[in-house]
Amino acid sequence: MAHEHKLEIFRGLLKFKSNTQKIWGVLIFLTLVTIVEVALGILKPAALTHSYFLGMKILNWIFIILTLVKAYYIAWDFMHLRDEKSSLRRAIVWTPIFLVAYLIFILLFEADYIYHVYSDGFVKWNF
Amino acid sequence: MDSTVTTGTEENVWGGGNQPLGASYGKLMMWFFIVSDALTFSGFLAAYGFSRFKFIETWPIADEVFTHVPFFHGNYPMYYVAFMTFVLIMSSVTMVLAVDAGHKLQKTKVIWFMFLTIIGGAIFVGSQAWEWATFIKGDFGALETKGGRVLQFVSADSGDRLALRDFAATLDEERVDHERKNGIWYYKGDALPSYSLNEVVEGVKSNPNVLIRTETINEDGHKTVLSRDETLKKLNDAALVVEGANLIRNEYGSRLFADFFFFITGFHGFHVFSGVVINCIIFFNVILGTYERRGHYEMVEKVGLYWHFVDLVWVFVFTFFYLV
Repeated sequence: MAHEHKLEIFRGLLKFKSNTQKIWGVLIFLTLVTIVEVALGILKPAALTHSYFLGMKILNWIFIILTLVKAYYIAWDFMHLRDEKSSLRRAIVWTPIFLVAYLIFILLFEADYIYHVYSDGFVKWNF
Repeated sequence: MDSTVTTGTEENVWGGGNQPLGASYGKLMMWFFIVSDALTFSGFLAAYGFSRFKFIETWPIADEVFTHVPFFHGNYPMYYVAFMTFVLIMSSVTMVLAVDAGHKLQKTKVIWFMFLTIIGGAIFVGSQAWEWATFIKGDFGALETKGGRVLQFVSADSGDRLALRDFAATLDEERVDHERKNGIWYYKGDALPSYSLNEVVEGVKSNPNVLIRTETINEDGHKTVLSRDETLKKLNDAALVVEGANLIRNEYGSRLFADFFFFITGFHGFHVFSGVVINCIIFFNVILGTYERRGHYEMVEKVGLYWHFVDLVWVFVFTFFYLV
C-alpha cells in the first residue's frame, strides 16, 4: 500500500497540501473538461467541423484528446497510479495502449476500404 | 537447489513474500483484471468505430437521438448524459475519499463515503435504464425502405422533425395483431406499429408540408432533406413503419447503431451494476468491522480500483457514442 502520496499535478505546476485536497482539485479539473466537451458538442463551431486533420474533423480530435486527458487523471490520481512503482505503471499502461492502437489502426483502415467498396462499387445499396 | 544454505538476500528474492511491483497479490490481480477488461471494452469500441467508418455517410447523429431529459419536454441534446458523466465522476471522488479515509483507519468516514459511492452508482444505473427505455420507445417514428434505409420526416416550414402522429391519416383498415390470445397462435406476426404503412403514406401525400429526411449526411454535417417531388417518389420504396428501437431495426438510422448502443452501454451498465453490488458487500464488511480487525482497508482500495475503471470506461463511451 502506498501511504505516501505525490501531491503535485500538471507536472508540479499545482501542488496540493493533502491527498483529499488533490482529489477535489482533480474533480474540478475533470468537471471543467467535461463542460468544455459538452459545450463544444452542442455548439459545434463551424471552424472546427469543417477543417480536417488526418481525415477526421478537428472537433473530433479535440474530443478524443480531452478524453485521453481525462483518462490520464482518472488513472493517475483516482486509481493512484501516480503513487505506484514505475514498473507497475508501465506494465499496466503501455500494454493496452500498444494493443488498442494496433487494433484501431487495422479496423479503421479496413472499414474505410469497405466504405469505398460500397460507394464506388456497382451494387445499389440505397433502394 | 541447496536448500540448507540460507543467505538472507537470496531468500528475499525467491522465497516468496516480497513484492517486486510494490503491490500486494490482490491488488495486482485486480490490475490484471482491469487491463484485460479494458481490452474487451476497447474491442467493442473499435468494432463500433469499424461499423461507423464503414457507414460514415449515413451514421445517425448522436445529439439528434439523445435529446431527452426526464421530467422536461423539449430538445436538450446531451445534457442528461453530461449529468450522468458528472454523477459517475462524483461517485469516483467519494470512492477515492473512502480509500483515503481507509488509509487513515477512519471507519465512520469510510462508511459514509462508501454509502455515497453506492448512491451515485445507483443513480447512474437508474439513469441508464431510463435512457434505454426512452431509446426503445422512440420519439418520431420513421419508415424503412425495402433496402433497409430509414426515412424520417421533417416539416417544410420550420425544418423541425415531425412525428408520425403529426400527419398520419386515419384509414378505415382492418389491422389484426397476431397474439397468442387471439387463438391463431401459429401465425407469427410482428407487433403492429401505431400507424400502418398506408396511413403514413396517405398522410405524407395529403400534407404538402411533410418532407422526407434521408440518412445521408451532407457537407454541413446535417441529414439530407428531400424536396417535395423527391419525397413523393421516395415513398414508393417504403416497406414498413418503424417506431423506437430493437435489435433488428430502429427509427434512428443504421441498424448497427442501436445494436452497438444496446451492447456497449449495456455491457458498461452491467459493470456499474456489479460494481454497486461489490461496493455493497464491502460496505457491509466495513460496517461489521472486518477490515478494522484486519488492520488495513486494502479491500476498499481494490474495489475502488474497479469502480474507477468503470468511470474510466464511461469517459470513453461518452466520447465515442455521444460526442464524436
